[in-house]
Amino acid sequence: MPMINSKNIHSYWQSLPLGMVLLAFLVFPIAVITVVSFWDYNEFSIIPDFIWTNYEYLLSSPVTWKAYLQTLQYALLTWTITLGLGFTLAYFLAFHVRTNGMQTLLFLICTIPFLTSNIIRMISWIPLLGRNGLINSGLQSAGITDAPIEWLLYSDFAIILAYVHLYTLFMVVPIFNSMMRIDRSLIEAAIDAGARPYQILRDVVIPLSKSGIIIGSIFVFTLVMGDFVTVKIMGGGIRASIAVLIYNEISLLQYPAAAAGAVVLLITVIMMLVILFRLVDIRKEV
Amino acid sequence: MKDLKDTKTEKSSGISRRSLLKGAAAVTAGAAASGAITGFPMIWAQNIKNVTLRQFGTGVSNLNAIAEKCKEDLGFNLQLTSLDSDSVTQRAVTQPKSYDIADIEYWICKKVFPSGAMQALDTSRLKNFDKISPLFINGKLTPDSEIAQGTAPHTVGFVEGKNGTSFAKEQTNWMTLIPTIYNADTLGIRPDLVGRPITNWRDIMDPAFKGKTSILNIPSIGIMDAAMICESMGEIKYGDKGNMTTGEIDRTMAILTEAKKAGQFRAFWKSFDESVNLMASGEVVIQSMWSPAVAAVRSRGIECKYQPLEEGYRAWGGGLGLAAHLSGLELDAAYEYIDWYLSGWVGAYLNRQGYYSAAPETSKQFMSEDEWNFWIEGKPAQGDILSPTGELMEKAGATRDGGSYWDRMGAVACWNSVMDENRHMVRKWNEFIVS
Repeated sequence: MPMINSKNIHSYWQSLPLGMVLLAFLVFPIAVITVVSFWDYNEFSIIPDFIWTNYEYLLSSPVTWKAYLQTLQYALLTWTITLGLGFTLAYFLAFHVRTNGMQTLLFLICTIPFLTSNIIRMISWIPLLGRNGLINSGLQSAGITDAPIEWLLYSDFAIILAYVHLYTLFMVVPIFNSMMRIDRSLIEAAIDAGARPYQILRDVVIPLSKSGIIIGSIFVFTLVMGDFVTVKIMGGGIRASIAVLIYNEISLLQYPAAAAGAVVLLITVIMMLVILFRLVDIRKEV
Repeated sequence: MKDLKDTKTEKSSGISRRSLLKGAAAVTAGAAASGAITGFPMIWAQNIKNVTLRQFGTGVSNLNAIAEKCKEDLGFNLQLTSLDSDSVTQRAVTQPKSYDIADIEYWICKKVFPSGAMQALDTSRLKNFDKISPLFINGKLTPDSEIAQGTAPHTVGFVEGKNGTSFAKEQTNWMTLIPTIYNADTLGIRPDLVGRPITNWRDIMDPAFKGKTSILNIPSIGIMDAAMICESMGEIKYGDKGNMTTGEIDRTMAILTEAKKAGQFRAFWKSFDESVNLMASGEVVIQSMWSPAVAAVRSRGIECKYQPLEEGYRAWGGGLGLAAHLSGLELDAAYEYIDWYLSGWVGAYLNRQGYYSAAPETSKQFMSEDEWNFWIEGKPAQGDILSPTGELMEKAGATRDGGSYWDRMGAVACWNSVMDENRHMVRKWNEFIVS
């Protein structure tokens, strides 16, 4: 017994630094945000108080609900597309590329867009998609359209496009990783047992890359839920998400209202994560 | 590498020695000219060169050229930070120790000053105080002009004492901001793309421009443009556009929300460069705009007009204020700097950018007659008009959009403002952006 105890104490000591860091930079800020979300405010200062009005307004306002619906819609669409793309890419890399060297090379090529900042990657879409942008002028000079297509830029389409561009890699990496761990003899056995290709995919590959899929989904969901820059730039300021709402409130010095928004968003995202973690035990399967 | 570094140090010390001499000369000349060598604050040229003043504000007047000229004329350093209007407000209140001089607009002043983050300026310490336009003292451009709606600068221009936080009704010895820059804003248009004369604010709602318009997404300013539009449409008659009732705000935002849902707006912009890009790329043909943005579009060889409208202009004004923590030598330097700001060189620089200087007569001495006639008198340019940095702005023969200073500033319908119902307005504005 004493042995185990002293072992326990040692492991506590070892985890202390990380614990302190998390306490100082994660738990404490969140606690402050939660406290401030109950404060009152006027144009130029925040007033310590305990009021529910920030939450009352937040939860009763149709604007919040609209913004949540909109954000969830972005998240779902982005998730579907990045999952489709990410899975296909990872599958190709893992099962169709034969040599290790080629795999590494192609994988590195996938990361090339990440060599520049995400703001730059986003902004470079604008000259392409604009009313007089490359795509529209190309289509018009080829005689395919008479008038510029308006919905290419400053629209939901543009926002989803940027998200897919930005986040597909977050799907590719974990799925590729778990696919590489699949024992090839399992697939051979399936072939020997007479399984057709789609059966192998459905009964062997997908179940075994589930942990990768879930991890990728967590990345994409949390990134989209908390993003405001993409919506601001690609949506031209006329589209909005939850984070844009919070950002607007911060820029107008309404910190308590913004804090309440952040707390509600945090709870929503945590709930979503709990559901995702229910689907798969990451620690067991990785 | 070492050599390079050495020359650099030598060069910079050379400059400071030279500017010190120049500064000393200017100080002596100034002291002699004023005829009163009272012993302050002229004679500390020796240690003032170590002073660095940190100024922050919106991009409009935070110009490096001003910092360089200040170093040359006065000998001390000016460190500039540019932010957008919202961030400026935020920083002025929440980080009062992070700046010495705040370059803010009057409506921001109305929000910031009551928080006690700033101190008032003693007008008797400013030689050029009497050169300031009466617009900022009593609100009247000329003795018989009417005071426009909104947060007119003179209404938040004075407090009762050095540490006063509530605004005085009349002129006192203590000013919140020393006015530096102001202008009359209107809609910018692409004359080549609108295809018809634009005469009223309501033209931005014309279905012909569906999906080709934009307004700015800074609530305190955007609501004013919105009010000008709604009033022009004949939908709402406001008691005071600068201080709307909740009912007026709701109706204004309802009209705009409807237009947004119908697809009238292409985008909303928040910063200067966004508005330039929207206009230059042709995404938008009519939008709320600021005067240098129009100039920036034009400098790319694209036609753009700052269209005067029948209902008048939405005006704004900015000035320099002191942080509450400033004292001693820094405070003296800040007074010196602000006085210098009013003495003409900066005013001329701002005038040449299409803004107006708060001390018109001093800036006149630093402009050529042709420049003065073009920018202020609204007369056709005799020669080419150049920007302060030497780029061509207007060719000979051009006249300024909207005409003379008195035509433009005399037709102000309202000033940028903060309303009593600000919280409600901001909520409604947020709803409008999200809807």
